[in-house]
Amino acid sequence: MNAAYQFVTGPLAWAAWGIFLLGSGYRLISMYQLAKTKDATSIAFMSWHFSLRSIVNWLIPFNALGWRKSPVMTVATFVFHACLFLTPIFLVAHMLLWNQAFGVSFATIPDNAADIMTLVVIAACLYFAGRRLVQPEVRYITSGKDWLALVIVLAPFLTGFLAYHQAISYNAMIILHVVAGEIMLAAIPFTRLSHMVFAAFTRAYMGSEFGGVRHARDW
Amino acid sequence: MGIADRLIEDVGLRRGVSRLTPEKIEKIVNAVITGETGARLKAYAETCVRCGLCAEACHFSLSHPGDPSYTPAGKVHQTMSVLLNKKGKVDPDFIYGMAQLAYTECNLCRRCVHYCPIGIDTGYIISTVRRICHKLGVTPQYIQDTAHSHSATFNQMWVKDDEWTDTLMWQEDEAREEFPGLRIPIDKEGADIYYSVIAPEPKFRTQLIYQAAAIMHMAGADWTMPSEPGWDNSDMCMFTGDFEMMGRLKRKHFESAQKLKVKRIVMGECGHAFRSIYDMGNRAVGWKMPPVPVIHSIAYFWELMTEGKIKLSKKYPGPVTVHDPCNVVRGQGLHEKLRELVNFLVEGGIVETASNREHNLCCTAGGGVINCGPPFKNVRVAGSKIKADELRATGVKTIVAPCHNCHGGLEDTVHSYKLGMEIKFLGDIIYECMEKPEV
Repeated sequence: MNAAYQFVTGPLAWAAWGIFLLGSGYRLISMYQLAKTKDATSIAFMSWHFSLRSIVNWLIPFNALGWRKSPVMTVATFVFHACLFLTPIFLVAHMLLWNQAFGVSFATIPDNAADIMTLVVIAACLYFAGRRLVQPEVRYITSGKDWLALVIVLAPFLTGFLAYHQAISYNAMIILHVVAGEIMLAAIPFTRLSHMVFAAFTRAYMGSEFGGVRHARDW
Repeated sequence: MGIADRLIEDVGLRRGVSRLTPEKIEKIVNAVITGETGARLKAYAETCVRCGLCAEACHFSLSHPGDPSYTPAGKVHQTMSVLLNKKGKVDPDFIYGMAQLAYTECNLCRRCVHYCPIGIDTGYIISTVRRICHKLGVTPQYIQDTAHSHSATFNQMWVKDDEWTDTLMWQEDEAREEFPGLRIPIDKEGADIYYSVIAPEPKFRTQLIYQAAAIMHMAGADWTMPSEPGWDNSDMCMFTGDFEMMGRLKRKHFESAQKLKVKRIVMGECGHAFRSIYDMGNRAVGWKMPPVPVIHSIAYFWELMTEGKIKLSKKYPGPVTVHDPCNVVRGQGLHEKLRELVNFLVEGGIVETASNREHNLCCTAGGGVINCGPPFKNVRVAGSKIKADELRATGVKTIVAPCHNCHGGLEDTVHSYKLGMEIKFLGDIIYECMEKPEV
């Protein structure tokens, strides 16, 4: 058990972070190169001001027309993304790992809060899954890639929750949890989760076109 | 559920598809995707998380509740996603449906932009599908006829060169009865304004040229219209996917203005032409922004109003509602100027539709959809049900719509849904209400 734990939190963790960071960097750079050769008539219009204007306006809940027209989804997606980022970064147990490996320490969130946030992520995943099954406009466009992304995100939170509460074998669950988290990291650059890498740029481009050329809001 | 269940016979699509082979399709699809698209399409295709939020955006999907094949993402799902997933290995029958969907069930209005958190431009994706259809030779007959006209004559309606100048002189002659001294100055070098129109104006909406001349005359404008090809600012090639011709048309138009050394181009009340001149066509020939300043009639009339050059003898009886043409509100943010102008012209003000300004609902005619002709009229009218509902809810009798295509579409909508509303250009109202000389 100890050897397995050492392996998944040691070499495998390095590999997962490596794939995530280098993979994301590679995807961004190659996408930028492609844009430079093929999308000159688009990148010529990129503007910092209008990029940020668009990003900020879309980060405000219910500010964009699309957010207002689908309020439940809006609440779900904002809460989901917030918990998805904050919980793993500021969890006490994760901070201890950072501390062990690099000697860094930073603020954490109380375990009770983290527990609720984890449940929120799980609930949001179930809601997204429900939409994919029940809502015609989502069901129609859903493919295996979308389910894969959802499962990849759900897994580390579900296993983390079960491990924390020692519901089933803790030893097995914690290893599953670490592996699930690593799969998620490594999958970001190469699955639907790549919207984490690219969304800021697609948003920025749309903001630049609408702000600089079309003088209209894009939210 | 999907386009395959609602195919409509069209001579152009049918003949185009009959000439295809799977090999030819694969070759052309991949040539366009690798040769003409890049990071933009790739990022859109990959990062769309299929959340379905855009379903609430599209007038086609709002007019067909419960049918997801009309949603923006649903339309991409049936077209570009298939081409990308299958790497172009699709059969000719698929191309028929893909072309019908791309040309007749998306107006490229970009309303979905306001609904996509990631900033995906579905209009661009559908334009790219149309580009592939064009290269495959699968285009609806009616719109292809206008594209052929552009190629042969540099105008959209097969207007002959002598007929063009004849029409201008005819309108000048008619107008001089009402406005002694009025001229439509042809080829006047160094004029302040080069006034450009779309070919349907000389073809069947000549009163618009008359009205524009009257307004220019009464405002004391220094203006001209060109005698040679280049006068037509319209561009159906942009919508068929013939981007080479789109570039040639805009080059011709701008060079015609440059040749006359005018200060700027004022264009008539057209939406799609504005998109071509200000956004797409200029880029096709490598101009980041138009090489000659271009303003739309809304902005020009607004200028005349603020300078006190439109003198009204009466106000137009309202209240009215305003239809915002996509290509000038989401295309250049002219919605506030439009409202200031309408409030100046109209007694009783504006009753807004529920979706207004840059959040407007499309007339369902734009993007070349109305130009695909009678075979697809019923599809178009069915897609404008939500627009009809919003118009009816205003309770007013007049729609101000500063765009030719919107007029065409709204006329059908008003008629089919029995709205009993009249549709007016700004020029109609200004002409009717402005001070005229005593004759």
